[in-house]
Amino acid sequence: MEQNRVAVAGRKNEDGGAIGYRPIIHGIGLCLALVVCWLLLSGYFEILLLSLGAASVAFSVWIALRMDLIDHEGVPMHITWAVLRYLPWLFWEIIKANIDVARRVIHPALPIAPSLFDAPVSQNTDLGQVLYANSITLTPGTVSIDLNPGVIRVHALHDGAAEGVLEGEMDRRVSAVEGPV
Amino acid sequence: MIGQLVDGLSWLLLLAGAAFVIIGAFGMLRLPDFYSRLHPAGLTDTMGAGLILLGLLLQAEVAIVAVKLLLIAGFLLFTSPTSGHATARAALAAGLRPWRATDVGGSKTGKDGGK
Repeated sequence: MEQNRVAVAGRKNEDGGAIGYRPIIHGIGLCLALVVCWLLLSGYFEILLLSLGAASVAFSVWIALRMDLIDHEGVPMHITWAVLRYLPWLFWEIIKANIDVARRVIHPALPIAPSLFDAPVSQNTDLGQVLYANSITLTPGTVSIDLNPGVIRVHALHDGAAEGVLEGEMDRRVSAVEGPV
Repeated sequence: MIGQLVDGLSWLLLLAGAAFVIIGAFGMLRLPDFYSRLHPAGLTDTMGAGLILLGLLLQAEVAIVAVKLLLIAGFLLFTSPTSGHATARAALAAGLRPWRATDVGGSKTGKDGGK
């Protein structure tokens, strides 16, 4: 019965263009992540609490299965490593942008020039586009406002921030995380 | 000795984080319109929250506390841009037009970001 449901979920996603999508692997991945979360958050290793944890994990995975959430988006294992390599660069960009925006905010002349513009999006998957849009929003000075296929609407606090987005380095890096599709 | 050093660094991070939160709040009051106020709001939940969490991380004496702080940082990484995007998108959908610089700090006007 469960097996059957997983197979159906797999077929449905194939025409959605999912790459390397294996429901069993993703299900096990979700299980492991939940077990690690439980152990780290509880810190108790008694039989009673461990079995409560096992029951919670089983229940959560069952719900996720029923809702067809165990797929390349719900459990994005295939890009985990690439995301980890992308994060240091993103953090550095966030720090630089933070200092820049903080300086503009407290500058007596308030040197801002807000603009609303469209920038190209080169990611092919929803996951990649969401990662890109969230990266833009996380960086102070730019906020993603609307996401459509191939184009993202961005509000920028000043010209430098706008040019930073249009220059496209973040776009290229997120596309690299997404990998070839 | 090492303990005092870590404690001092922790306080430095906490104070720096608090400074970013205050600047963010100040910016939200100072900037001209809804969209531009989103940017200083971003200061509070990136550097503000990040530095405070780092400072608290140095105060954590048990590994399990440190892990929980890191989890909070991880969740913020997803929730803050998502809520920021949702807020901005709702404003755009409601037809709120962004304010444009006309006479602030000698900056260019009507720039659409094009190069």
